[in-house]
Amino acid sequence: MSENKKVMNKPNKSTGLPRKRFYRARAHSNPLSDSHFPVPLTPSHVDYALHYPQYFQTDHTIADNGDVNNNSTASLHKTQSKKIQFADIGCGFGGLIVSLSTLFPETLMIGMEIRDKVTEYVKERILALRETNPGQYQNISVVRTNSMKYIPNFFEKGQLSKMFFLFPDPHFKEKNHRRRVISPHLLDEYAYTLESGGIIYTITDVEELGEWMKACLEDHPLFEAISEEEFAADPVVKLLTSATEEGQKVARNNGETFTAMFRRISPSDTESGDVL
Amino acid sequence: MEESMMMEEGEVAPALIAIHPVEKSVVVAIGSELRVFDLQEDCASSLVDDSGRPLHMDSIRAISFGADGRLFVSAGDDKLVKIWTTNPWHCIRTVLSEKRVSALAISPDNLFVSFADKFGVVWVVSTEVDDERKDEASPIFAHYCSIITSLEFSPDGRFIVSADRDFKIRVTVFPKRPLSGAHEIQSFCLGHTEWVFVIITIFISTFWHFVICIEKVTGRFSFEFASHSFFAVRFVTCLSFVCTQEYPQGFLLSGSGDSTVRLWDITSGFLLDTCEVGMEAGLLESDDKEETLCPAITDICASPDGSLIAVAIQRQLFMTNPISFFALCSLHGVVLLSCNLSGRTLSITKVVSMGGTFIPTSLAMSSSAEHLWIVTGASNLPALDSPSFARVSVISGLKKHGSDSSDDKPVVLDDNEIPGGSKLLEKLQGSVSISKGEEALAAAAEAVKIAMRNLLIKRQYSVEKRELRKKSRNDRKLKQ
Ligand SMILES: C[S@@+](CC[C@H](N)C(=O)[O-])C[C@H]1O[C@@H](n2cnc3c(N)ncnc32)[C@H](O)[C@@H]1O
Repeated sequence: MSENKKVMNKPNKSTGLPRKRFYRARAHSNPLSDSHFPVPLTPSHVDYALHYPQYFQTDHTIADNGDVNNNSTASLHKTQSKKIQFADIGCGFGGLIVSLSTLFPETLMIGMEIRDKVTEYVKERILALRETNPGQYQNISVVRTNSMKYIPNFFEKGQLSKMFFLFPDPHFKEKNHRRRVISPHLLDEYAYTLESGGIIYTITDVEELGEWMKACLEDHPLFEAISEEEFAADPVVKLLTSATEEGQKVARNNGETFTAMFRRISPSDTESGDVL
Repeated sequence: MEESMMMEEGEVAPALIAIHPVEKSVVVAIGSELRVFDLQEDCASSLVDDSGRPLHMDSIRAISFGADGRLFVSAGDDKLVKIWTTNPWHCIRTVLSEKRVSALAISPDNLFVSFADKFGVVWVVSTEVDDERKDEASPIFAHYCSIITSLEFSPDGRFIVSADRDFKIRVTVFPKRPLSGAHEIQSFCLGHTEWVFVIITIFISTFWHFVICIEKVTGRFSFEFASHSFFAVRFVTCLSFVCTQEYPQGFLLSGSGDSTVRLWDITSGFLLDTCEVGMEAGLLESDDKEETLCPAITDICASPDGSLIAVAIQRQLFMTNPISFFALCSLHGVVLLSCNLSGRTLSITKVVSMGGTFIPTSLAMSSSAEHLWIVTGASNLPALDSPSFARVSVISGLKKHGSDSSDDKPVVLDDNEIPGGSKLLEKLQGSVSISKGEEALAAAAEAVKIAMRNLLIKRQYSVEKRELRKKSRNDRKLKQ
């Protein structure tokens, strides 16, 4: 779409990285309003070659109309085995996936972001990193989408091993709680998307939201809190506060943070039948 | 926001029809009225509400018989969910919903009624009258802020399937104790496409307005007609199950605004077959290459074994010249399909034209599939002397008896051949519409047609308006 054309965003000369001030965006997006970005019809329509060109060679040229190409069958990648395993929901300026990229160099990961300018920034940032660090940052990408509506279009059942929700928008008002990215109903979808044993990471500097997210997860039958030891041993934990732009801002102001980490479980009870 | 636009006060409500599984009675809902005819006793039934509350007070949006016909449910814009016994017809329970109700279903064991509200939340309530949480329903899962168009239980009761206006079909495990929520998603059936049209609307008279469809695409628009309205037609409109002894878990059928009927394996979410009904029924054929025709599937019903599937098809939008618009208006009707469950394929067996003025708004078939019951009609119709209108029609001869059954053709029965005859019609159609002259009937049918089409259309911001909104956003100001 035309609004995404890179016009005046000349990268910074010394670092090659795109400059954030050209991508300044509205503070909030209303996740309830219908936007007009392409959505893959099914997870097998996600254009992996476009997102991870080094992993997925193709013979077709990259479509310029968006992140996914869902009307050409040429872009179907039924045979490809490697799939996205980490998703950063509401990735903002992408600090987390950039840090995770080198920590898990063989894992494909994606940031999902609803604001187009911000998404565009992350896209440029990744391209610049790939350019200046040949062979690196090939495993990360970003897509503009409303994660609250379209997660099942991107990932199959049990596909993800980690999902991140770092400093999500708080939506303070009671009547806006249904806009929160962590809610009892949306957790059903995240449980569907996560493999058994997969982990959901949440962090916020808003105490009330931290309690809400923790309560939602505690009450959900398909999630259990992870132990203190596991928490301490997880190399990802320290990135939650340090890797993202929002996290750094909070740290600069010495703000308190509230973390909740939960594991996707498959309850052994056969109450609901023999499925799973 | 979208939902406020789609369900406005006093909005037209299409007439609905439901048939008892062994044709003991047939029900038509029109506006706030439930009309029941007892086919066994050959007389109209009157409804008694034991719950001490009034009957429905606003448009009914969903009705359904339970699998064995002992229970019936009705719900809609008045936020009341009514559970009825059918022998005799008594309302045993009225449940209050927080929001308007868009879909409902009874679990195959008759223990639970599930309904969906206009915020996309699905609720469940026990049918046992002595249940402690008497008039309250529990939320069990939700689609994210999309109106749910259809709810169905799988025939074995293990799953509940919900379809929404964002072309998502979700299959959820229905737990033994559902009041504490249904959190386990078995699958998503994805594949119905989003059809987006750029449309120009030209008003010629109150009844006729031509709608011109320029392009269908996903996510990419033609901006040539930027000053005109934008509409999208896309959602899954209806669900039904088929199963046989070999496949007791059943397969799901869905129909949609994208003109297709699809067959799904709900355990995996796999799409097994797609029947391009519009195309294959010859309804898309046209000499004029510029025309893009896109009939919507508005209802679907199936004999339990899948040998007979009926879909209501409604031509909605088009086209490049007004002359062909007139010509094509006559193509509303019913298309019969059959499902080969071992081959997992769908195929069209017959197109039954109902004539130009009969647009089926709802279909029903008993388990014997002897008759296909069809209603056309709506309430709150503008510019008519009586604001609601319903016509009932019946097709018989659907089933093939024996192999060389060339004379077993589906036929639209004359009014006096319909089971229950004129007594039934008088009850279900309301005596008013019977006594009307042909001209009045045609006008009413026309109003229904327009109303139905508008229901399928989701109004969106025009390109201009959207651009304007964008420009006033802070993140755009940089561009200037
Ligand atoms: C406060 S920011 C945090 C960004 C990042 N995680 C960080 O820690 O720096 C929240 C982000 O979530 C995005 N967001 C909100 N709702 C979303 C949705 N429904 N889908 C995708 N992204 C969303 C917002 O645009 C915003 O960039």
